[in-house]
Amino acid sequence: MSYAFEAEGLVKRFGTTTALAGIDLAARRGQVLGVLGPNGAGKTTAVRILATLLRPDGGRAAVAGMDVVRQAADVRRVIGLTGQYASVDEDLTGEENLVLIGELLDLRRREAKARAAELLRDFGLSEAGRRPAATYSGGMRRRLDLAAGLVGRPQIIYLDEPTTGLDPVKRDDMWNIVRRLVADGTTVLLTTQYLEEADALADEISVVDHGKVIAHGTPADLKHVVGGQTIIVRPSDPARLGEVTAILAELAGREPESPGRGVVTVPVEGDAVFTELVRRLDRAGIGVTELSLRLPSLDEVFFTLTGRTTTESDEEVAA
Amino acid sequence: MTSLDTGTRTARTPGRPGGVPPARSGPRPFGLIRHSVALARRSLVKTMRNPEQLIDVTLQPVIFVLVFVYLLGGAISGSTQDYLQFLLPAIMVQTVIFAGMATGVNLNTDIKKGVFDRFRSLPIGRSAPLIGSVLGDVIRYVVSIASLFVFGYILGFRVQTNPLAALAACLLAIVFAFCLSWAFVLVGMMMKEPGGVQGVGFLVLFPLTFGTSMIAPAETLPDWLQAWVRVNPVGQLMDASRGLMLGGPVASHVVVALAWSAGLLVVFAPLAVRAYRRRT
Ligand SMILES: Nc1ncnc2c1ncn2[C@@H]1O[C@H](COP(=O)(O)OP(=O)(O)OP(=O)(O)O)[C@@H](O)[C@H]1O
Ligand SMILES: [Mg+2]
Repeated sequence: MSYAFEAEGLVKRFGTTTALAGIDLAARRGQVLGVLGPNGAGKTTAVRILATLLRPDGGRAAVAGMDVVRQAADVRRVIGLTGQYASVDEDLTGEENLVLIGELLDLRRREAKARAAELLRDFGLSEAGRRPAATYSGGMRRRLDLAAGLVGRPQIIYLDEPTTGLDPVKRDDMWNIVRRLVADGTTVLLTTQYLEEADALADEISVVDHGKVIAHGTPADLKHVVGGQTIIVRPSDPARLGEVTAILAELAGREPESPGRGVVTVPVEGDAVFTELVRRLDRAGIGVTELSLRLPSLDEVFFTLTGRTTTESDEEVAA
Repeated sequence: MTSLDTGTRTARTPGRPGGVPPARSGPRPFGLIRHSVALARRSLVKTMRNPEQLIDVTLQPVIFVLVFVYLLGGAISGSTQDYLQFLLPAIMVQTVIFAGMATGVNLNTDIKKGVFDRFRSLPIGRSAPLIGSVLGDVIRYVVSIASLFVFGYILGFRVQTNPLAALAACLLAIVFAFCLSWAFVLVGMMMKEPGGVQGVGFLVLFPLTFGTSMIAPAETLPDWLQAWVRVNPVGQLMDASRGLMLGGPVASHVVVALAWSAGLLVVFAPLAVRAYRRRT
């Protein structure tokens, strides 16, 4: 059995809304699957089915080889869930929350306390552990929520948008926590709206839109889907942007874009153009503060795949 | 389908990759009971941290006693003191039953919070979170009875039998309210909003508690109402409570009240658990 979890053709409807329209998701043991999609794509619905909280209307899903509907009780023994909406009890302290879960997982009270202390320490919550969770900041609540999902040392962990609403430093902390879990051999399903996050953490990415996977592959694969690479030039003298644009247009054979002030970018076919560009800039005596060749961002991948930006897709769903 | 599935464990999956030993100790028996008790403790802690939640169950009996004793007491019994003796054992029953309704209302709110998602994702019996909440709410019954008795004693109420019999009366009321509260849990699982649960609750509770000899002796009521009073289990419970606190026949009333308790539990607990599982 090589897949830690595997969903095939999952369908879920809520009234007239089709949240999942035959989604396929799978991750091998010890891997991180990134599920990337805009608001309303069906990420949470898919996670809830894999966590046995919802029954699918169609398709099937197995976790550790066990069916999520028929063997739901067994599935619950191997998974840990950190939902999109904090699922800790606000009236209880951090420690009480974790001890309760330990006891529900059949730890003896002493063991449950030891495990809670260990997790609180790992997540930098030792001090806060004695305060009701209602007094926690957003980042602390997220960490407590994640800790709650880890009490039973699950083989498979679902993280539904674990960094939404966190500041960049807290987000990096969360990323490091996820990396540590993976180093311990845990399989992770991570949903996110941040392309950067999927790129940073996932071994494979499924791009989801309107309840379906519209692309799947490694982060590098996905970037290649768009084809070619992008040259970015930022002349040190912004006044010479026009000249740079002209040179780029000539070399690439298409009109460059200016995504920000003082920067031009253009997609190119091969990297030979890059060498030629360096020569031309040198000959014209144009200094640059930035000159790079990069793979397209996942934002651009999404645009290529759907013909829409992620925000447009969101508006459509909201409408 | 068994609704009250136990949370007993089957074989655990082999050790997880990475060689980290599982934190869970081996299988332990009586899962459902242990899990329910752990969850009841959670409810208790929550109530203790929000004591304002107990204001209704503390004040309501006090207000009812004041209203009935001083507005009606003279008219019904000729003396407020005699009426207090007559009323208090019955009001005790009403108070506890109302506290049981609050369980359904609170669960309706509680269940929408994310923490119930977590309970559902754990390998515990499906009924454990409900049993835990219902058990934990017994604190409300105790607090409401205590405040009623303290107030009653200040006004001059005295138990005429013995403390043990009075305690038995309270326990009997608690058992009945506990069993009836499953009906309110069922309503709590079916309604969208806590206000709806309260509305349905009052609709059921008014005929049950006021359609009795609580306020006035049954003989003074019209015939059709007397017929209802005779079949109403809450009326039986009130008679049992009066017998235990003031003296008089109790046995048959107690048996009927216990039989009703068992019946309510057997019918409504599985229905409530089923409604809870459906509500996902
Ligand atoms: N319980 C529900 N009742 C009705 N509709 C629902 C329910 N849950 C989800 N939906 C709908 O299903 C679709 C998918 O929702 P889902 O929450 O899975 O998206 P998501 O990808 O997690 O979005 P987000 O990034 O905003 O969290 C949405 O259109 C949503 O409105
Ligand atoms: Mg979501």
